[in-house]
Amino acid sequence: MALALEGVTRVVRGRTHVHPTDLVLGKGTMNVLLGPTLSGKTSLMRLMAGLDRPTRGRILWDGAEVTGVPVQRRRVAMVYQQFINYPTLSVYENIASPLRLLGRSKAEIDRATRETAEMLRLTPMLDRKPLELSGGQQQRCALARALVKGAGLVLLDEPLANLDYKLREELRVEIPRIFEASGAIFVYATTEPEEALLLGGNTATLWEGRVTQFGPTAHVYRRPCDATTARVFSDPPMNFVACRKERGRVSFGAGAATATAAAGPFAAIPDGRYLAGFRPNHLDLVRRSGDALGFDCALTASEITGSETFLHARHDGEAWVGLLKGVHELGAGAAVTLWLDPAHVYLFDAGGRLAAPAAYAMAA
Amino acid sequence: MARITLSRLAHSYLPNPADEAQFALKEMTHVWRDGGAYALLGASGCGKTTLLNIISGLLRPSQGRVLFGETDVTDLPTEARDIAQVFQFPVVYDTMTVRENLAFPLRNRGKAPGYIAARVAEIAAMIGMEAVLDRKARGLTADAKQKISLGRGMVREDVNAILFDEPLTVIDPHMKWELRTQLKALHRQFGHTMIYVTHDQTEALTFADQVVVMHDGRVVQTGTPEELFEAPAHTFVGYFIGSPGMNLLDARVEGRRAHLRGGTVELGAAYPALEGRVRIGIRPEYVALTEGPGLPVSIRRVEDVGRHRIVRAELSGAPIDIVAEEGERLPAEPRVVFAPEKINVYADDWRVEGEAA
Amino acid sequence: MEKTQNNRAWFLVLPMLVIVAFSAVIPLMTVVNYSVNDTFGRNEFFWAGLEWFDETLRSERLWSALGRNALFSAIILAIEVPLGIFVALHMPKKGFWASFCLVVMALPLLVPFNVVGTIWQIFARTDIGLLGHTLWSLGIDYNYTANPLHAWLTIIVMDVWHWTSLVALLCYAALQSIPEAYYQAAKIDQASRWKVFRYIELPKMKGVLVIAILLRFMDSFMIYTEPFVVTGGGPGNSTTFLSIDLVKMAVGQFDLGPAAAFSIMYFLVILLVSWVFYTVMTNMDKEEGV
Repeated sequence: MALALEGVTRVVRGRTHVHPTDLVLGKGTMNVLLGPTLSGKTSLMRLMAGLDRPTRGRILWDGAEVTGVPVQRRRVAMVYQQFINYPTLSVYENIASPLRLLGRSKAEIDRATRETAEMLRLTPMLDRKPLELSGGQQQRCALARALVKGAGLVLLDEPLANLDYKLREELRVEIPRIFEASGAIFVYATTEPEEALLLGGNTATLWEGRVTQFGPTAHVYRRPCDATTARVFSDPPMNFVACRKERGRVSFGAGAATATAAAGPFAAIPDGRYLAGFRPNHLDLVRRSGDALGFDCALTASEITGSETFLHARHDGEAWVGLLKGVHELGAGAAVTLWLDPAHVYLFDAGGRLAAPAAYAMAA
Repeated sequence: MARITLSRLAHSYLPNPADEAQFALKEMTHVWRDGGAYALLGASGCGKTTLLNIISGLLRPSQGRVLFGETDVTDLPTEARDIAQVFQFPVVYDTMTVRENLAFPLRNRGKAPGYIAARVAEIAAMIGMEAVLDRKARGLTADAKQKISLGRGMVREDVNAILFDEPLTVIDPHMKWELRTQLKALHRQFGHTMIYVTHDQTEALTFADQVVVMHDGRVVQTGTPEELFEAPAHTFVGYFIGSPGMNLLDARVEGRRAHLRGGTVELGAAYPALEGRVRIGIRPEYVALTEGPGLPVSIRRVEDVGRHRIVRAELSGAPIDIVAEEGERLPAEPRVVFAPEKINVYADDWRVEGEAA
Repeated sequence: MEKTQNNRAWFLVLPMLVIVAFSAVIPLMTVVNYSVNDTFGRNEFFWAGLEWFDETLRSERLWSALGRNALFSAIILAIEVPLGIFVALHMPKKGFWASFCLVVMALPLLVPFNVVGTIWQIFARTDIGLLGHTLWSLGIDYNYTANPLHAWLTIIVMDVWHWTSLVALLCYAALQSIPEAYYQAAKIDQASRWKVFRYIELPKMKGVLVIAILLRFMDSFMIYTEPFVVTGGGPGNSTTFLSIDLVKMAVGQFDLGPAAAFSIMYFLVILLVSWVFYTVMTNMDKEEGV
């Protein structure tokens, strides 16, 4: 089974919620939709589910067109950010409810319900009511209800957003396992890059109703096709600085705050102006290699997590974040030199397209 | 502004609690330093919201006293306590403009118009909302509304404390950075005592000078982020702080050595004979994969989180997490070594201090 | 949130449309037909054009009934809306007493209109009615059958008794949906009771208040049963409201043409006022949203 979107567009009262989108979600794949709030994740999911009809374009399911087919007649299941269960039914009845609606036999309902409950580790709670469970267990129950009927397409709309940090961590590890056991196409919307990375599979990054890139998650992370994708797929956000390539050298920043490097990794691209981007964890307080670039920055704040330090700094008017290993006690206002290995720098052209990927990402 | 003292404080939602288990908040004594930035960290249901409600005056504790400075405020209602609070969801007055929202707490206290105008301008600049001051609050995004809530919390200079109840829950990750940085800056500039309740370790650790970790109605540790990370006083802190949490391995400790099921490791200090269930705790960050000598592990899964990888492995049947560098090659026959000075020893979940060599 | 497009839904609505057509549209067209013709029964019609409208618009009778109706609606809105809000604000928020209050409040709404009229007609009688007799024994010369002012007061009190609950229950529902954090924030901001009402409770109630006012306006403007039972439109014509007058004209005098013209104008007045009110209120919302 595969789901294909062909030029799918959604316009509501003159406003485009989803720009023309082509996507093919392969059989049994995990697909992450990553983007900030209002980037079109939910709109896209509703189109996939058949809750909304695309203004233009077609939706194919295994090659057969399902564009106008309403959600009731598709094999789709959805899990929302809120824990949606029937409060008066036991966990067992909640999980069994989709099967009862389908009119399955009693024995089959019992078998499927218990199997799904086991997979989601709900067996000891089958007789309880959803509201007697913890948030994590309630969401597991909702997940079980989505999975029990063997839907071919399972849509999860920020399912962990309302959970405690540690519970989230636990379920994040479990969802790939559940997904593998189900054999369905999973589509998982999230605002958090780290969640996308942990889930693996494929990722589509979204920005203002457009899919900016779609591919294997690690590939999209390490080789973003444009500056927007790189920004969406970075937390803390990617840092940027203007740069210019001429006469075989690349100079970063403007005026007195310039750092230059031999063209080395950027030899293949023509001379001109570019935007350099790099992730916070690649900045360093010490110079680790001979060709590292040094940037003079003014520190605005530092945050210590116990094992890592976030440095908030300004370089030539740009706000940067550095994520450093270990604890570094630095006061605000301090002048520091932050070092950056050119192998970690992405160059984007004037239109924001990737001109040169970071050398380290090519090696990985 | 004032120091906040909680003296022999405890709370139960039942009128006549029979035993300790019925206390949502178990007896505690704690002093919040004047001008400190504190975080109250714990899972839902650990009692952190109960504690916050006691400080804000919404709940009267079953026992103990709450002091602001030298004044006993245990029986004072919220409005008499001179505190500010920012809630989980933005609380703004929809029909007012942003400016009126910010001025509201000052107007209600009859401050001079000149002072109000100056103060509102200052706060608006801090939260970056000067451009929308005259717009109605109703049409704004959740981010902007929460900024107004923050601003309203900050606008008074004479508050005893500002309480934050998971204020960044509804905010996008990118915006969280901005708001948190602003909060830090505001704290530095105005020096208010701030208490920040959250279940998110990153928020707690980056915000606070002192983090109070709560578990099951009890404060299990208070310390700087570094102390919580390096020397968790309780296995819960080890698990709760850090992502993934600390590895805990059953061990038999003899002096400077710990005997695990998979072999023996050196410890950073000597330990006396220990009672109860003895475990050693080691952060995944301090476990190194090697091909050289070490304890043999089998790798089950590798999760790529971008800036590093989490290796889920097994050491003689016990799960162990290892953090590996972004480009690091994983050995074919993996073994692990622990940094001895980073190993903590726990007896019945509580940390045991090693004896100086 | 956007709704799914599904054209089959129209089939489900079809039976309803048929019922509405038979119960509303067709009778309405009959009325229109009557209003432009003259008839003496036996299904014989003579074209009269706008004559009946012209006559009705000139009639003293229509204008004074309209005036009475407008005054009545204005008075009961002025009493029931603030009173309803006041009651809603003071109802307990949870527990046994909340349910108790809800049941008590709902009681008047369950009583049929003509029964309400009968209850009050008896209640206010000076010989056997509790209210009337009490007033009379207090030395007040109370007589709703003879004194127009007393008749008005009786009908207004009756309407307030009957319908304030509706406003109160609607407001109560809106108040219940305000998160506790708002009240807490207001306490911390040291907002006065009035400011809490003005900036938290009133904005939240605005939506239901628009509905409550519309319902009460339309109902009170069409009021028929209760004054008909209690006062029969008297003394004199003092409580003859539009609908009572209309029935007198159509049924009592069998002036079908003028009565039809009259009822069409009556209908248009209610439609117009409701539409203007609704549009103004929703536009105010939009402007604030900008």
